Amino acid sequence: MDANPSADIDDVSPRLRFLAGVKVGVGLASAAFVLAVTFGALARAEGWGVLAPIVCSLVVFSGSAQFALAAALAGGGGIPTAIMAAALINGRFIPMGVAVAGDLRGGRFRRALEGQTVVDGSWASAHLGDGRFDRWKLFGATAVQWPAWVAGTALGVLVAPPEKLVEALGLDLVFPAFFLLLLIDELRRSRMARVAAGLGASIAAGLVFVVPAGLALVGASVAALLGLRGGDSGGGEAS
Amino acid sequence: MNLWGAIACVALISFTFKAAGPALLGDRELPRSARGVIALLAPVLLAGLLIVDVAGPRWTGLDWALLAGLATVAVAYLRRVPMILSIAAGMVVTALVRLAFG
Repeated sequence: MDANPSADIDDVSPRLRFLAGVKVGVGLASAAFVLAVTFGALARAEGWGVLAPIVCSLVVFSGSAQFALAAALAGGGGIPTAIMAAALINGRFIPMGVAVAGDLRGGRFRRALEGQTVVDGSWASAHLGDGRFDRWKLFGATAVQWPAWVAGTALGVLVAPPEKLVEALGLDLVFPAFFLLLLIDELRRSRMARVAAGLGASIAAGLVFVVPAGLALVGASVAALLGLRGGDSGGGEAS
Repeated sequence: MNLWGAIACVALISFTFKAAGPALLGDRELPRSARGVIALLAPVLLAGLLIVDVAGPRWTGLDWALLAGLATVAVAYLRRVPMILSIAAGMVVTALVRLAFG
């Protein structure tokens, strides 16, 4: 990969970069669709009714936060606790938003809106290395995931497939599998990426014993501070 | 506050979290050290997401069938099997392990 990864993509039209995002987004959207079906079914079973789960997917658009909200409400922790759980889970979007900030365009309001396209899979697939991001690929990947997420939720609410069926078909593997594949691509970039990922995984593995998942993720992100040492942290040794 | 209020709060919080960096930082060029940290955020957060997703709260969600499926996905992908087919292979292994030992 080039020392300046964003220099390469400047030669590619926004349309092609958007389509590249759509291409990777289709796979991510398939995973999101399956997960959304299970969210819709869970929310319906917990008495959310028909409309609330669909609106939730439309305006929150975050599987981890929505599952945290539903699980905390079902656990009887009360609404403030449920909101806190969802907020902690989504705390990772702060550093992820900081990461893409320099590659977005326009004034503050437009940048804030463009920042809404940051979801885990799109963000990771739009990473060019060296901390730079392809915003059009980010947009394309998210453009297919959002409707898939909402449609999956609607299907889950209406059909409400039993959780056992999802597990029997191995469908619950789809989402972590996508994280794994995106991680493998990142690990191929540099030795520093492999060291940082190992450290982050270890921190998350330890923290998830004692704190909620969201806090464990925020804690794991401390491993990225290895990047302060400089050197090749993401741009070299591309596969 | 009812369910609708909770959904509105979580939506607002998510919007704010995603908007904060882009709106506050703008197009300011970050120092090289900060870019080094940002470059490592993707592998670190993906590794963390994977662990948290597979382990579950307090490691109560660990499922050997799922681990076998994920191992299959990794091996297939490293052998240059396309992404979707790798995942399909992992799903089959997960389902078969559950069928055999569930």
